[in-house]
Amino acid sequence: TSSRICERGADVAVCGGTHGNELSGVYLVRELLKAKDIVMEEEREEPASVLMVLANPRAMQQCRRYVDTDLNRCFTHATLNGPISDSAPYEMTRSRELNAMLGPKGSPGAVDLVCDLHNTTANMGLCLILSLACLFQRQMPDVPMRFIHFDVSSKESYSLDSVGKHGFAMEIGPQPHGVVRSNIYTAMKDGVQHMLDWVRLFNSGTIFEAGFVDVFTIVKNIDYPRDSETHNITATIHPQLQDRDFLLLHPDDALFQTFSGETLRYKGNEPLYPFFVNECAYYEKGIALSLARKNTVAYHNMAFKVHS
Amino acid sequence: MSSYSSSARFDEARRVAIFGGTHGNEMSGVTLVNLWVKNGSEIQRKMVDTKPFITNPRAVEKCTRYVDTDLNRAFTPENLSALGEGDLPYEVQRAQEINRIFGPKGSPEAYDVIFDLHNTTSNMGCTLILESSKDYFNLQMMNYIKVTALRSYFCCVNIVLCDWFIAGLEVGPQPQGVLRSNIFEAMRVILKHALDFIELFNEGRTGVEFPTCTVEVFRVLERIDYPRDANGNIIAMVHPNLQDGDWEPLNPGDPMFLTFDGKTLHYQGSGTIYPTFINEAAYYEKQQAFVTTRRETLVASAIRKA
Repeated sequence: TSSRICERGADVAVCGGTHGNELSGVYLVRELLKAKDIVMEEEREEPASVLMVLANPRAMQQCRRYVDTDLNRCFTHATLNGPISDSAPYEMTRSRELNAMLGPKGSPGAVDLVCDLHNTTANMGLCLILSLACLFQRQMPDVPMRFIHFDVSSKESYSLDSVGKHGFAMEIGPQPHGVVRSNIYTAMKDGVQHMLDWVRLFNSGTIFEAGFVDVFTIVKNIDYPRDSETHNITATIHPQLQDRDFLLLHPDDALFQTFSGETLRYKGNEPLYPFFVNECAYYEKGIALSLARKNTVAYHNMAFKVHS
Repeated sequence: MSSYSSSARFDEARRVAIFGGTHGNEMSGVTLVNLWVKNGSEIQRKMVDTKPFITNPRAVEKCTRYVDTDLNRAFTPENLSALGEGDLPYEVQRAQEINRIFGPKGSPEAYDVIFDLHNTTSNMGCTLILESSKDYFNLQMMNYIKVTALRSYFCCVNIVLCDWFIAGLEVGPQPQGVLRSNIFEAMRVILKHALDFIELFNEGRTGVEFPTCTVEVFRVLERIDYPRDANGNIIAMVHPNLQDGDWEPLNPGDPMFLTFDGKTLHYQGSGTIYPTFINEAAYYEKQQAFVTTRRETLVASAIRKA
């Protein structure tokens, strides 16, 4: 149910259901596929080459994040090209299928731009998560959003969006996993539409002016305090931090509240911006929240240069 | 003393159970019960034997609602008498085990009160679920909780009356698999008041009774499903006007669903209802977008210890 038309200009892949219980992307890609079927039936020309993909159908069917292992960690070169056994986790087999469809990663034939759709239980609004190589520019003045930058130059990129020549994840919250909230769905639908509009403008030769944008660069993650024997968490995100993603966290601000009511405070040296605060899927990854510095980035005619 | 002799008498509530993890990803109950299994001093009361218990440990371990089948629907007479032991679905085995330890329901060996702790993704706040309008003991307890929580913590508690729900305590909104401090504390406060009530009731000093009271409840009418296509997939979402609007009136003609391509579907009922359980994650598979209720005032007879 996904087709690829290779034409001149950048081609784009829009992926939903990489985590099967992050429902905005699941429903949006399903709707886009339905619309595309109607276009095909009516034999109209579609100028932009857009590929729509439901990345983890088995997890989607069970409304779970993954079946055996997190699909969005299966796209390193080693995982994609190393030896694979018959009893390999489902997501490892699936990542190779996706790599064949959208990649191969690192080759000239790879899709130009991969947009991978996600939801979070954290109160993050609309965020675009980028690695250094992404050329996507901000052109959505009426949709408030933030850019998050993960520096993967020191270790290999592992996510689905790294398969394309350029890629990013569109992350929208807060939404419980397994739930579709109409406001979140609409924000994602608008976000994807703006992104496709930008690609069409780019393909038709539009030159985009230079400008500045704020980017949050991840510095570190903080785990919950845990019981040394059971490894169970022994505190919750403090009520003064809960839902306050992207509001500056200063040294000595409240961080956690233990089950006996004690406040644990942030012991870092510099004020940082918290995000992914209380994301459900990160309990098992040992992350209660992530912390970032805010940088202003200048871009000139589509290349990012870090400014400060 | 005119009402004294007409108050309903109940045996003291000597054994109380607190269940967490009936759904393994509803984290407030899981966390509270684990805490109290380790150190139960907070839930001890004079003359009450309180037992915290994780009902679905395998689901808790996997942080999933259930392993084979919903434990909270597994306590049917067929399941409870089914043979086959290890071949039975995991939750049916658990239901039989729980029934052995804490029941059988209606027998003299059964526990007096069971609190089953749940979370919901719906914006329901603190909700107590009552199965029968004639259950004066539970009605008095819920009234006590409601009045005390409001007075001490400005915490609003709603009571839902439904004979096809399972009795329990629901606190939301909270995503599955997530522990929010405010939701955790709210559930803790509710249980504190519940146990205080039981202790007061058991003290049963001469002349002390819980007098007749009136209690506002929401009586469940019907469940409303999402519009679906021929394959059973949902084709619309809860409308933004209705989303998070638990306990607010829904009038005929009000927006109810929004299709994925932007069309509004309106509520077609004949009168105003009060919706709740709006957009609960676990109910997509149970064909339930929300339930309709109407407001009702119940009268709880005065009660005292026998």
